[in-house]
Amino acid sequence: MSQSYDRGLVEDFGRWRDFSAGMWAWVFHKFTGWVLIGYLFTHIAVLSTAIPAAGGDPSIYTGTLQGLEELLVVRFLEVGLLAVAVFHILNGIRLLFVDLGVGLTAQDKSFYASLVLTGAIVIASVPTFLAGAI
Amino acid sequence: MSTQIQEGEQTEDEQAEEQGESVPANQQRRMQEKRERADSEERQREEAESSLDDEDTRTLKVFRYDPEVEGKKDPRFDEFVVPYRKGMTVLDALMWARDHYDSSLTFRHSCRQAICGSDALFVNGRQRLGCKTQLSDLQNPVRIEPLPHQEVVKDLVVDMQHFYDQMDAVEPYFNDDDVPDGLEEQRQTRENREKIKMSTRCIWCGACMSSCNIAAGQNEYLGPAAINKAYRFAMDEREGEAMKQERLEILEQENGVWRCQTQFSCTEVCPKDIPLTDHIQELKREAVKNNLKFW
Ligand code: HEM
Ligand code: SF4
Ligand code: FES
Repeated sequence: MSQSYDRGLVEDFGRWRDFSAGMWAWVFHKFTGWVLIGYLFTHIAVLSTAIPAAGGDPSIYTGTLQGLEELLVVRFLEVGLLAVAVFHILNGIRLLFVDLGVGLTAQDKSFYASLVLTGAIVIASVPTFLAGAI
Repeated sequence: MSTQIQEGEQTEDEQAEEQGESVPANQQRRMQEKRERADSEERQREEAESSLDDEDTRTLKVFRYDPEVEGKKDPRFDEFVVPYRKGMTVLDALMWARDHYDSSLTFRHSCRQAICGSDALFVNGRQRLGCKTQLSDLQNPVRIEPLPHQEVVKDLVVDMQHFYDQMDAVEPYFNDDDVPDGLEEQRQTRENREKIKMSTRCIWCGACMSSCNIAAGQNEYLGPAAINKAYRFAMDEREGEAMKQERLEILEQENGVWRCQTQFSCTEVCPKDIPLTDHIQELKREAVKNNLKFW
């Protein structure tokens, strides 16, 4: 049988509806990990160009940060960043347990718990982050 | 247990087709016959379907692909309406469809009791054994596809060679010349037997490998079944020390245990309920212990 039909990659991506808990945990962990890296670099870029050492004038730093905090998008992005970080940390702890071989049969429940906890913490943080912006 | 009931007899047409198949020179004539037969097949099909009118039925949507027949080279889905009986499995339904509608419908099966591992299929978006899956547990219509991430040879039959190669790569056999204390046999404690119990149950169905996202992207990854096979021997106290070291070396390599990203897909689909991720994780720790010896 020399011929055979390769269904290719596209088909794989179409399968997301069938993903189970462990798979979603992996997808979210990858995503949040890379978002955090992205934030880290942006963070370094913004701050290192706003500090006195870059320009000499101490008011640049204050001005930059106040300018950013005035933008509603930035307030919402901060809530998003918290959500991403909290999920990554909680699921990261879950993964450490998985690596130790502890509670593997509850891996789906611990993933759902990470999600619920993340949601709760994020909702609780909203008043703080959006105070004065709306 | 599945209870496939033999109904209806093979038509003469079908017999003629089978004889023709072994003679390539007859191909032309066969094709011609086939076209003529298509009409009568369609009529038969309608008859079979209309006789099911007042029965409880299920609809199968079956992936079809045949690279060797003109006009069937494009993958497509065929619908088969089959009568439903209590206790009917996906495999039973497929067999009914094959026996009553289309004798060319191709799929592997043998034991019909979840032990030979030949009928792992992608049923309603999940890898399952056809013979172990009750139709009553599935949503209708039932969508049946060949295992993802393996090349399709025909209809529901995939090429399993790569899977078998990976299984062989971990040298899945017992090897120790040492017989302890001058005994004639290798003895194992009850506790050790209990420890490896689940890992011995693999039936080589390939469902786990097919469900694994990593194995799909990185073809060289040993995959859950092969690693579980290695676990079965590495954790067996009767295995010789030299062989265990050799096995761990295979597992520690780039495409061994470290490829596993703990997505748990394999554990989820394994029809024999083997805790695959558990075993892979234990071997990861074993590999670390093996290499980080500070004493
Ligand atoms: C307490 C905080 C954190 C914990 C507990 C944690 C935990 C983990 C763990 C366990 C993994 C490995 C996942 C696996 O086994 O596949 C991981 C991956 C990763 N983490 Fe974190 N992490 C934390 C903070 C961060 C931060 C602050 C960043 C970014 C600056 C980050 C970026 C990443 C990235 C990029 C990956 C790799 C994702 C991938 O491609 O698989 N993590 N984290
Ligand atoms: S480990 Fe389970 S899913 Fe994988 S081949 Fe063996 S029986 Fe099939
Ligand atoms: S037919 Fe043997 S496992 Fe299903």
